[in-house]
Formats: sequence, structure tokens, C-alpha cells
Amino acid sequence: MTDRSTRREIYERSRRRRSIFIATTSTIVVVAAMIVLVPMAPGWDRVRQSFFDGDVFAETFPGLVEAFWLDVRILLWSTPLILVVALLVALARNTRSPALFPLRAFAIIYTDVLRGIPVILLVFLIGFGVPALGLSRTWANPVIWGTVTLVLSYSAYVAEVIRAGIDSVHESQRAAARSLGMTSRQTMGTIVLPQAFRRIVPPLMNSFVSLQKDVALVSLIGPVEILRQAGIDKAKFANFTPYVAAAIIFLAITIPCTRLADWALARQRRRTGATTIA
Amino acid sequence: MSDQPKILLRSVFKAFGDTTVLDGIDLDVAEGDVITLIGASGSGKSTLLRCVNLLEPIDDGEIFLDGVDIAEPGLDPDPIRRRIGMIFQSFNLFPHMSVTDNVAVGPRKVLGVSKSEARRAGLELLTRLGLADRADAYPDQLSGGQQQRVAIARSLAMNPEVMLLDEITSALDPELVGEVLDVIRDLKRNGMTMLFATHEMAFAREISDRVCFLHRGRILEEGPPAQIFESPSEPRTQAFLQRVIDAGRM
Repeated sequence: MTDRSTRREIYERSRRRRSIFIATTSTIVVVAAMIVLVPMAPGWDRVRQSFFDGDVFAETFPGLVEAFWLDVRILLWSTPLILVVALLVALARNTRSPALFPLRAFAIIYTDVLRGIPVILLVFLIGFGVPALGLSRTWANPVIWGTVTLVLSYSAYVAEVIRAGIDSVHESQRAAARSLGMTSRQTMGTIVLPQAFRRIVPPLMNSFVSLQKDVALVSLIGPVEILRQAGIDKAKFANFTPYVAAAIIFLAITIPCTRLADWALARQRRRTGATTIA
Repeated sequence: MSDQPKILLRSVFKAFGDTTVLDGIDLDVAEGDVITLIGASGSGKSTLLRCVNLLEPIDDGEIFLDGVDIAEPGLDPDPIRRRIGMIFQSFNLFPHMSVTDNVAVGPRKVLGVSKSEARRAGLELLTRLGLADRADAYPDQLSGGQQQRVAIARSLAMNPEVMLLDEITSALDPELVGEVLDVIRDLKRNGMTMLFATHEMAFAREISDRVCFLHRGRILEEGPPAQIFESPSEPRTQAFLQRVIDAGRM
């Protein structure tokens, strides 16, 4: 080993050690400050009693988890529906033939209107408005209309994300596919969409996490899901701890989801990519 | 082999907005011919190839493939493109598919060949082009020369009757050009009809049956390579070739 490469090695090792040291020290300082300083706040005792009551937590937690199951069900129903509707809207917006103008116009209006209205307003409008049409009992179920609202609102967002993904695939990919004799439909299905979806996984995960939280808005029109259950428990115990418990339950779902998506993306990059730049 | 030309262009015009790119192109390509298109950037070489493959609609004129006018408005382009292979300057491999799948996807989707059969045939082609050991790699993991050979394999998998080559070595490092050109020599030996836009003058001279010099959307001069490269009659051809020599490219 030459003198130069030895010196480089020593230099890089010292730099690594330095950055590990900085990271560790700053983490310890921040955590310690939180543990020491927060309880010193004048209202801390009151906050601890009304937000972090262990007994209330233990008593309400199982009920909240059970109520959360409704959120999960709404989520599981709406996610695939959102993807399908969004994909159709995105494809409709991408049509070029003049004969399909009405379809394209509908897609534009759909995204503009539904993205422009706050989800909470849509929940009220659809959740109270549609059942008022005098539907039969089965169709008057607020869970159904809550889900429909989420699908409408989120599919408008996701359609735009998918459209951006489609546009990001370079024209030359289409040229290559078409020159093999693929139809425009085959080109879209086998060449463009697979690449588009790989690129939009991060924004899609972002929407998915947001959706997990917005499911709670369905509680505004009646169903006893976790947020409403937490509200009921809060009133019963005159204590805010159920809200903290609900927040923890949400985190238990959303954090693993994001990590999973990051992991899947990294694996994809490792498999298909050249070397990554540090 | 019939007397009918494989490809025939008759007064082909193409403009992008106000810019005329092809200004009345006439060209005869017999079966088994290798025709090179030379000329400065912007002279219309690439557009000409893209028009023959119907990737760009022409504004006026006729393009015949085996005597059938394929530029007829309203004609379904997909069955025609199937018969014409195209290789691009920037390879345009599908980055989300392995090398084998890149080669197999055309036959699978377009010709309805089964997945296993398409992969088997693809692997055979890759072996022929010296790429068998990269069959499971992804495009981004290959060198430029390897990527371009995969692109050629992908095109050959469709058994094209004609190949359009659009400056296929321009994006390659000089030491990688040879491996791609070897493949083209091989194709010529097998009688492939080729239209080849290129800046590789030495290679154009070696492989062409005829060379066309394009200037501002017209074929200014056309003839056997010896004539074009040694005694061009057009002053603008002379000037172009002089610039190429001055740049050390010939």
C-alpha cells in the first residue's frame, strides 16, 4: 500500500468517526433536554394527568383498536377503488383523439372540482346529501358514502400523480415500443405504465398515508370508528388519553407502511440500476 | 427476389411548423441493399427514417413498402411497423425489463408467441450477438455497446424485413463502436435491407451499396460509395466531406 493511500484511509476513518460522534452526541442532547425540560413546564402535571393517564389508556385501548378495524376496512376498500378510478381518469386525460374530447373534458372537470373541495366538506355534502335522496336502508349506510367520498377526493389527486408519472416516461420509450409494432394500448400497458408507477411510488405512499388519516373524517357523518370512539371515551373519562392512544394506533400503521415502501424502492433500484452515487 | 424495390419514396415532404425538414425526397431501396444517409445534423436523416417507420406522418408524397403505399392516411401503422426494425441513437431499451425480456417483449405482445418460446428465441439471438452472459442483467448495468447490441437483438427478434439505423454509434465511446458495427456487417452478410443514417464515414464507405448525401431535406447527391467519397460532383458534398476530414473523422 502506498503512503498516499494509507493517508487517505486514515483521513476517511477519522471523518467517519467524527460524523458518528456528532450524530450520537446531538441525539443524546436533544432527548435529554426533552426529558428534563418538558416536565419543568408549569402545566406539565395537568397535561400528564389528562393526556397520559395509564389507567384510562389501559381501559380504552382495546375498544379503540376494535373501532380502528372499521377504519382499516374503509381503507382496504377505498385504496384499490382509488387506484382504479384514478388510473381511468389519468388515461382519459391523456387521450388525444378528438372523438374522445368529452371523456377528456370530463376528466379535467373531475380532477379540478374534486381536488378543489376540502375533503371534510365533501364528507358532509355526500354523506348527508346522498342518503337524503331517500335510498333504501342498505344504501343509506354512512360508511358507504364516506368511502365513496374518500374515493372521489383521493382519486382526483392520485389521477394527477399518475398523469405526471405517465408524462415523465420519455417519448423515446414510446417510439421504441411502437417501432416494434406494439399498439398504443400495449405500449401504455407494458412500457409506459410500469415505468410510471415505479416513479410515483413515493407520492402514492404519501397519499396512502394521508388517506389512512383522512378515514377518520368519515366519523363526522356517524360511523363509530376510532376518532369517534376516542371522543366517546374522552367524554366518559373526562380525559384526553384516548386521543393519544388513537394517535399511537395510527402511527403503528402509517410508519411501517412508509418504511415498507422505502425498502421496496431501494430494492428495485439495486436490482435494475447501475451503481448508486454516494 | 423480385424486381420491385423493397422501399420506394416518392417526393416525400415533411415540415415541423414552418421548418421544412424533408423537401421532396425520392429514394429507391432494393431488397438486400444497404443505403447510407450522410449529411450534417439537421439535414433530415433522422426524420426520413422516422417517416419510413411511420413514427412521423409525412405531409405529402408516397412511401411504398413492397409496392404498397404505407403513408396512406388512415392506414393502421402497427402491422407495418412490425415488418420494419428501428435502432435508435440512444438505444431506448426498456429499463424496467431484463435484457432477455427486452428482446422477448415484442414477439410476445405483438406476435403472440408464448413467454417461454419468446425467451428461448431471445436467448438464442443474444448468444449470437455475444450477450448470453448478460441475459439476466438490466439495461442500466450494461455498457453502451452492449445496450446497443441488445437493442439490435430486440429489433431482430421481430424478424424485420427492413432495418432503419439512426446514428446507432453516435452515443458510444470510440472503443465500443466496433462491436456494434460488427453486428451490422453480419446483418449485411445475411442480406438484410438497411437504411442507415450515420457519421461513421469509413464504415459507410465499407458497407454501403449506395450513399445519399442529404442537405436541407433534399438528397443532393447519390451514388456508390467510391464515387461519393472520392469524386463527389456537388460542391456542397465536397464541403461536407472536407469538414468531416478536418474534424479527423475520416
